[in-house]
Parts: sequence; structure tokens; C-alpha cells
Amino acid sequence: MSDKFADSLPKISRRQALVYLASGTAAMALPGLFGSNVARAAMTGAAGSGGQMVVGFSQEPTVFNPLMPHIEVDDGLHFSLFDPLFGVDEKGNFTPALATEVPTQANGGISADGLNFHLKLRDGVKWHDGQPFTAEDVKFTLELLVDPNFRSWSRSGHELVRDITIVSPTEIKWRMEKPYSPYTSILAATFIIPKHGFANVQDKNTAPFNSAPIGTGPFKWQQRVPGDHIELTANKEYYGDGPKLDRLIYKYIPDLNVMYTQFVSGDIDIAGLQWISADHYDEAKKLPGKVVDVFQSATIENFAFNLARPQFQDPAVREALYYAIDKQTIIDALYYGLPKPTETYMPRQSAYFNASLPAHEFNLDKAKALLDKAGWKPGAGGIREKNGVKLSFTNSTTAGNHLREQMQQFMQQSFQEIGVEMKISNLPPAVMWGDYWMLSKFDSAIVGLNYLTGSDPDTATYMRSDAIPAQGGAGQNVFQYKNPEVDKLLAQGSAEFAPEQRKAAYLQIQSLVRKDMPFLTLFSFANVRGHKEGAENITPNINVRIDSWNANTWYWDKKA
Amino acid sequence: MGAFLLRRCGQSIILLFLVSIIGFAALNLAPGGPLSQYALTPGMTQEAMQRIATQMGLNRPLPVQYFDWLSHLLRGDWGRSYRDGQPVLSIIFSHLPATLLLMCTSMVFSIAIGVWIGIQSAIKRDSPFDRFATMGAMVALSIPTFWFGLVAIYFFALKLQWLPAGNMYTVGDGSLLDVLRHLVLPVLVLTFVDVAIWSRYMRTATLEVINQDFIKTARAKGVPPRRVLLKHVVGNALLPMITLAGMQLPTILGGALVAETVFTWPGMGRLFLDSLGYSDYPVVMGLLMCSAILVLIGNLLADVITALVDPRIRPA
Repeated sequence: MSDKFADSLPKISRRQALVYLASGTAAMALPGLFGSNVARAAMTGAAGSGGQMVVGFSQEPTVFNPLMPHIEVDDGLHFSLFDPLFGVDEKGNFTPALATEVPTQANGGISADGLNFHLKLRDGVKWHDGQPFTAEDVKFTLELLVDPNFRSWSRSGHELVRDITIVSPTEIKWRMEKPYSPYTSILAATFIIPKHGFANVQDKNTAPFNSAPIGTGPFKWQQRVPGDHIELTANKEYYGDGPKLDRLIYKYIPDLNVMYTQFVSGDIDIAGLQWISADHYDEAKKLPGKVVDVFQSATIENFAFNLARPQFQDPAVREALYYAIDKQTIIDALYYGLPKPTETYMPRQSAYFNASLPAHEFNLDKAKALLDKAGWKPGAGGIREKNGVKLSFTNSTTAGNHLREQMQQFMQQSFQEIGVEMKISNLPPAVMWGDYWMLSKFDSAIVGLNYLTGSDPDTATYMRSDAIPAQGGAGQNVFQYKNPEVDKLLAQGSAEFAPEQRKAAYLQIQSLVRKDMPFLTLFSFANVRGHKEGAENITPNINVRIDSWNANTWYWDKKA
Repeated sequence: MGAFLLRRCGQSIILLFLVSIIGFAALNLAPGGPLSQYALTPGMTQEAMQRIATQMGLNRPLPVQYFDWLSHLLRGDWGRSYRDGQPVLSIIFSHLPATLLLMCTSMVFSIAIGVWIGIQSAIKRDSPFDRFATMGAMVALSIPTFWFGLVAIYFFALKLQWLPAGNMYTVGDGSLLDVLRHLVLPVLVLTFVDVAIWSRYMRTATLEVINQDFIKTARAKGVPPRRVLLKHVVGNALLPMITLAGMQLPTILGGALVAETVFTWPGMGRLFLDSLGYSDYPVVMGLLMCSAILVLIGNLLADVITALVDPRIRPA
């Protein structure tokens, strides 16, 4: 038997052993098993005295190295285990974490030309295994992100970092290849990992660290039961506020109906990611002992165009289609009135939100008049055409998303009334969001997107004309949208550091995009969030991907 | 018997090889892939996806990937999950106990109850008991497990609050009593469905035996009815059940997928579904191979046992 095989044999935990035993009838005769949880009985009343919270997630966190490719549910865990140099709160303010100060041009952390970063780090911070945290760890993290042999999650921004210099264990400097203001937001979403966790590791992609993470965060890794839950315990040496709980459990519940049931029964304290489905909202808000709120997220529902298609090149067509969408009915009839209509891709909570954009109007007559004026004349079967181009296209989205499918059918009918033919062609997620989406092989699509870079208003990857993958560009401009003025403003916005000056650029981009309509923004997603009464500080934050961003401050209010 | 076993094992190896090729090709030729889940993440780009794919070896030609996988497999290395980087065998083993506990418990109950109902139905054919059992079986087989599970949760967990709404144990508890309490509802649901299957098969098998000449002879000779039933009828009616049980063996591995989802049971069924959803090829392949091996073992065992207990079909 090779070493590899021995490697794959599982370590059997006490509970697993118990289950194995229970499967055999012999175990039934062992009375001692009934009192097996002595060690765990001490979970309340100890220092910190906060008891435990159970958070339900509909996806299973599986990636524990925050630098490797992961989905948002993994972030939920990373926030509890790790710290960034500085974080971002629900108001969009940066807050120091492992760095003593958030670097700005004003405090000298970033040089006036935006090219040099100089950070002071917190002294006396310890990793969960007792080793001291130093500037070496920051350097290691930034270098690992661009290591060609490492399966790095994202290199954007980090690729610009040059000449990292360790001044002292609590001081680090580096130079940027060019000024890039979104980097502050990117750093706020970059968790620092320990250099010593990878000592003597040949392949960093399969390091033991990746399955037993060591962080500086408020909670320590305790154990994972695959397919079931992950258990964290309080880091009593945490340098910051909290933790106020003794234990934090992330529980995996794949089905949303089941998650809701367990929220009602009290098996979970917080209905975490994917939250409560909209159809349960009316019932949920009446549940005794539960707090249930609706929160508008940063994800925007879009009707996206592929502007390379001849049907969509005429701005009048895009505008007419916008007139023909009955947003309010869609929101009220399909989404229980929870989402809010919006005219821009920027979340309304953002400081950069442009509130003065023209409001959408549902008006089929205006839509028809617009198309008539632009020369789109009804042809065979009542479908409009112009210069041999028929006003007919397909619309795609994830198959199996019932609400979206109903929305499509509803739109299809309105479009028909103005002489536009929309055929529905939905695909399974793995196909839809593969090359079909990435390489602009669709005509039009319905998609929920968060356009921001972390908390930064920069949306260059979705809008810059050199970010079109179908034309060999680096980015996500699958709409194939090109506007030189937008390009200029995006470049200006990302080279500028003062928020007031940046704001002008981003407000202007929003009004240009509202006018050009490379995609029609329908509404911002509404999440129904719920937790038990007495669970405090469960605060939504659109600047991060998941609610557990401030798990260090969560606590039970005993009076509730 | 020895030659028979040897021949069957040889055939099995060829079959496993074929299963692996077909499975591997089917998985990898399907559109999408392990990276498509990242496509909509803010900031993700086509090049980043390409770079990660290259680092993971996903862009190598398919035959190269297959032979790489196979040669590792033959050396006892089943690969590592794309999702969490853990060795495949370790993942499978970590999900196995939960499924075994659930499936074995419900199987014991459903076979015991189902066989009993089947026999009673057959010997009291067309009696009220038989009609009630038939109707019950039809109901059990037509109700979707998912719905039945949710109804059971609604009544027993939410309304009456007698039993937990799901999960295998309370986090932080984990005593045997706690696990048993959590076991009740899923076992109830699974048993309800399986009893129906077992009772129908057993009823048919018993009826077939009951009308045979040797039973009539036994009765005519004045053997007490109870003895006829236990010794002659049940013994012979159980024979086809061995094949059925053999075929059930691999379903243990698949787990009760629906029940595991409704009751948030951390078993193999859900592992399989999740791994498929994330295109986690190494884990799916691992489960597929385990399942294929179990199908072969199940059939082989059924054949051998049938041959041992039934001299008529013993291979030459």
C-alpha cells in the first residue's frame, strides 16, 4: 500500500467513531455512550460567556485558503478566521485591522502620486497557533497571489505591486506600477495568511494549511464535518473587538425550504446565505422570537444585450425595449414587491449612487412610436425589420430559475405587442455562464451582477472597451460596450484617490450608461434576512460578499 | 465454484474499466466545468479562468487526463477534490458513516416489516388486510419522498415538536440518544417507501410458491399449516429476495438522496449531488467507481448465496 493511500485514509473523529459504532447493534448495548458529551457540556458559562450561534448556509464552504478560487459562502468563513490589513464597514468606511491605519494620501500611507504604499502593522498580534504576525506574512501573501504555480483566486491589482520591502516586523512598503485607487478596496478584501503555514510545503495548492487554516481572526478552526458543518471556537487572544461568542457554527443546509424550516424550528440561529426565499417573507415576519428584514443587495438584475448583434446596435431599439418592460408588475407579481427598481448598476447604498437618473416608464405606445420613427417597420408575422434585419432575438438565463423564467415569458408578451420577437433559450448554469456568456455568444440575457470591485465604484472590467473577452480583451465586458468617454472617465476615476474627485467621474459614467443602455437595469436584489431575537449585530453590508463580515461583534442579548 | 468465481472476477475488472472510460468521458465532455461556478464573481475574467484551468491541468487532452487519473488510481491514489482539495477516498469515507447508519437502519426495518406484510397479504389474499396493504403500498410509492419528508417535519418537528426538524445530531451534543432522536424521522420516511417495495415483491413471490405442487403435497400429507408456511413457503419465497437485496447494495452507497436533502443528513447521496453540481470530477469518478464495484459485488454475492441455498441453479 503506497503512502498516497495512507494519506487518503480518513482520520476518524470521536463522533464518526460513535456513528460507526451505532451502526452496529453491538453499540446499542453500551450504556456509557449516553453520557459521552461531558466535554461539550461546558460550552456556556466560560470566559466570553457568549454561548454559540449557528449560521445556516445553502452552499457548503469548502475553500479555506482565502487566496484560492472560492465562492461567496467561503468568504463567510474567511471573515471569522482571518483578517485583512483593513476592512470595510456597512457605511463604506475603511477600518484598520492588521494595519494600524488605513493608508491614504492624507496620512502618507499612499504617496501623493499614488505609487508608493507604506503601512504600519499592529504589534503583538498572534496567529492561532501562537506564532507572531509580522510584515513577512504580508509580503508572503502579496507574493503568493501572483505566484505562477499557485492557483490564485484573483491577481487584479496585485499584479501592479513591485519591490515589496520589509522595513521592520511591523512596517512594510511597496511600489505600484501605476496609480490604481481601487487597490485599497482590493486590499480590504484580501485576507493575510501565515508564511509559516507553508514552510516546507512543496505544492502550495495542496498544503495542509488549506484544510486546517490558521488565521489571526476572532475565531479559531475547530473541526469540519464534511457535508454537515464547520465548528469554530473563540480566539481568546484576538487583538480586536470580541469575539463575544464561545463557538460559531456554520451549518450546511442545501435546500432553501429546509433551511427555512430549520429557521422556524430554531435549529439555526441565523438564516445565512441565500437567506429566506421571498415567498416565505409574509409568514417569516410574523414568526415569534425572530427578527426578519428585507435588505437591498449590491447585485443588480439586468436585461443584458450583446451589442455586436445587428438588432441591438440601434439605440432606439434598446430604449424601446426598456419602455416595453413592465418593471413594477414584475416586481410586485413575481417577487412579492420586495426588490426596488433601479436605473443604474451602482447599489443605492453606495456613496457613488447617482440618484438623478431619468426614471423608467412602462409605455408601449412610446416604444412603438420610437421604433416607427427609427424606421423599424412591421414585416412578416408583425415582426419589425429594418434593412433586412429582423427585430427578433433569443433571451437566455439559468434554466430552472422559475421566477426568471416567468419574467421572461411576461416580457416576451409585452415585446410581442410592440412587434419584437423574443425567443427563450435557457441553459443549465454550467453552460450558461461558461463561454456562452464569457465570450458573448448570447443575443440577450437575464443576469444578476455585482459590478463593483469590492467596495470600490470602479467597474472598468465590465465597461471598458478593451475589456471585451470576445474581442481578445481582459475583462468581463460581455456586452461588447464601447464608449470612449466612459473609457476616459473610468481611467480617470481609478487613477484618482480623493473620493470627492472620483465621485464626479462615477456619477457621469452612470448617466452615460443609462443613456447608452448596454444593459437594462431592472431592480436590485432584495434579500430577506432573518435571525433569532437577541442575536445582535447581524448587520448587512453591501461592501462585502457575505453577512458574517463582523462576526467578531456578534453576541446574544440575554434580555431578549 | 472456484472457476465460476474467478471468471466472474475477470469479467468484473473489464467491466470496471469500461465504466471508468464511459464515466470519465461523459463527465468531461459535458459543457461547463469545475470553474464555471466562478464566472459571475465580480472581477473574474476569462484569462483568470484560463490560468486556473491550466494550473489545475484541466486543459490537457482528455486521454492524457484519463490515463493520468487511471495510473494514479491503480497506485491507490484516487485524486483530490477540486472543491476542497481533500483526497477523494477521505471525502468518501467521511460521508460513509452517515449514509450507512441511515440506510442500514431503514433497511432492517423495511425488510422485516415488508416481508411480514408480503407474506400475510399472500396467504390472506383478497382479505381486508391484503387490500389495505395493497392500497398502502400504492400510496407510499406514489407520494414523492420530498413532500412526505416535509409533511413529517411539519407535523412531528414544527407542530408537535417531538422530534428534531433535521440534521444528524445537535452540534455540541452527539450522544447516541441524540443521534437516535434525529434518526427517527428520516428512517420513518425511508422505511415507509421501502416497505411498500419489499411487501409487493414478497407478496408475489409467496403467491407463486403457495400454488406449487410441493406445497399442496405437504398440505395433503397433513403437515401443520404453520410449518408449511415457515419451512416450505417462506423459505422458497425468500430466494428471489436475495437477488433484490443484492441489487439494493449499491443503493446504500447512493444513499437516500432525497431524504438526505430534506433532513440535511450529511451522507453520500448529497455528496454525489453536490459533486455533480460543482463538476467535481475526481469525487464523482470516485463515487462512480465505488458504486460500480458495489453493483458487481452485490450481484456476485446474490448469485453465490442463491447458488448456495438453491441446489437447482448451482453452476456446474
